[in-house]
Amino acid sequence: MENLADQIINGLQLGLMYALIALGYTMVYGVVKLINFAHGDVFMVGAFVGYFGFTQWGMSVPLAVLTAMVVCSALGVIIERIAYRPLRYAPKIAALISALGVSLFLEFFSSLKFVFGPNYRVVQRPFEEVHWNVLGLNITNIQVIVFVTVLIMLALLQFLIYRTKVGMAMRTVSVDHNAARLMGVNVDNTISMTFAIGSAFAAAGGVLYAIAYPQIHPFMGIMPGLKAFTAAVLGGIGIIPGAVLGAIIMGQVETLTSAFLSSQLRDAIAFFILILVLLVRPTGILGRNEPDKV
Amino acid sequence: MLEIKDLNVFYGSIHALQGVSFNVNEGEIVTLIGANGAGKSTTLRSVSGIVKAKSGEITFCGKKINSVPAHKIVRMGLSHVPEGRQIFPNLTVMENLMMGAYTRKDKNEIKSSLEEVMERFPRLGERSKQMAGTLSGGEQQMVAIGRGLMSKPSLLILDEPSMGLSPVLVDEIFSIIKKINQQGVTVLLVEQNAFMALQVANRAYVLETGRIIFSGKASDIQADPRVRQAYLGENDEEAS
Ligand SMILES: Nc1ncnc2c1ncn2[C@@H]1O[C@H](COP(=O)(O)OP(=O)(O)OP(=O)(O)O)[C@@H](O)[C@H]1O
Ligand SMILES: [Mg+2]
Repeated sequence: MENLADQIINGLQLGLMYALIALGYTMVYGVVKLINFAHGDVFMVGAFVGYFGFTQWGMSVPLAVLTAMVVCSALGVIIERIAYRPLRYAPKIAALISALGVSLFLEFFSSLKFVFGPNYRVVQRPFEEVHWNVLGLNITNIQVIVFVTVLIMLALLQFLIYRTKVGMAMRTVSVDHNAARLMGVNVDNTISMTFAIGSAFAAAGGVLYAIAYPQIHPFMGIMPGLKAFTAAVLGGIGIIPGAVLGAIIMGQVETLTSAFLSSQLRDAIAFFILILVLLVRPTGILGRNEPDKV
Repeated sequence: MLEIKDLNVFYGSIHALQGVSFNVNEGEIVTLIGANGAGKSTTLRSVSGIVKAKSGEITFCGKKINSVPAHKIVRMGLSHVPEGRQIFPNLTVMENLMMGAYTRKDKNEIKSSLEEVMERFPRLGERSKQMAGTLSGGEQQMVAIGRGLMSKPSLLILDEPSMGLSPVLVDEIFSIIKKINQQGVTVLLVEQNAFMALQVANRAYVLETGRIIFSGKASDIQADPRVRQAYLGENDEEAS
């Protein structure tokens, strides 16, 4: 039983990191109805920037996280500007192909020797992992850092979307670009802002991921990206609480599968869920006819 | 106040507006009537910048606005309440109204506009926390008009505000339009309900397949037998 409880906590740690990535998918989908397939690679870039930050640039972990967030916000904005904006009102398939192109570009460009290089790197944590025994549960300081960071970021996002003018603009753009324009909303800027925020969240997720599972490489974004995408679809694409819910479920399924069934089944089950959701309930768990997008 | 000269608009190969010219003077209610697909909404969309004209000139308060992006035209004092309301269903009534004031800064002035709108549409006050998507059609239209007023426009453009409303509500909406105009807001009104529109308007233009075919004082247009037959759905013998 204790083992089960420990695994649930491990699953929560993984799920919360997925949530940081899934939010970006879902927010971007909300405003431009596009799956940003390069999002997992933005997560990877975030992990690398954070890693360089605390190993080579002498930054503290919080500063490294912030740096990664800033760099990736800029990256997200540039990606949208170059690869998606020119295709915004073109058939969806065009933007989708463009997204796949950006994703491959980021992966292979990062693999170049003078960028991040093709090899796996082991992340030297800037602090020791500490295990605590709390009421019989095995908890690590890394888990505490992940929980606290993610909760703070979710609270910030909630505030931003429901209490600020930018958030209000994002919610109107998710309904209809022209209706938002008629209110005086600069739709282009709002979309850029959404990419910036989504990418910053993915970057934070990347740095936490690199600390929790200390090995990074240019293709590390693919799997978490796909899992987080699955989470966003599972919760209902375009719906913010859905992304968090879906991510927590995905984290549990993945962790419990590898702990109690077989770690080889882990990924297969994750994608089986994706297919199942798409077939049975494509609007996702929280999806309604009129979802509260963004 | 608003002057349109020789406007041509295309959707792909469809020539939706073919040299439309008209003007709206300060203080007037001007109505644009015409059959389905005549190009009324397209005209309004080009004025508010949602659709870009291929050629022609749109001047608002002395400034040429053809190439001004839509979100900046709002700031110049032009408010467009689009066809089909297009309220934001996922925002509360209050948030919808506040979106109308998106371009404004002064908190106190926004508050007094809000009070005015609430006074005009008391129903909205009762429902301010409700999601706008759950309102009835009539209530949604009130949100749309109220939201349009929240930018404190000098020109209010309404696209079929009476669409889908019961006769009682239609009367109410038209009397509200009249009141708004009496308080100094110029109104450009597109309507299927040509009869009602001609009653409140000072002047009217009749649009047919992208061209203006008649124009004049609303009372003259209303009396014109050709218009009566085509747009007021009346035979010559019938009188009203
Ligand atoms: N987005 C669009 N793409 C292609 N054609 C369009 C588009 N919008 C309008 N049209 C065409 O342009 C013409 C004018 O349309 P518009 O919506 O301006 O008509 P309308 O007078 O407002 O009609 P209604 O009374 O039905 O609202 C129509 O033939 C319509 O099919
Ligand atoms: Mg129309």
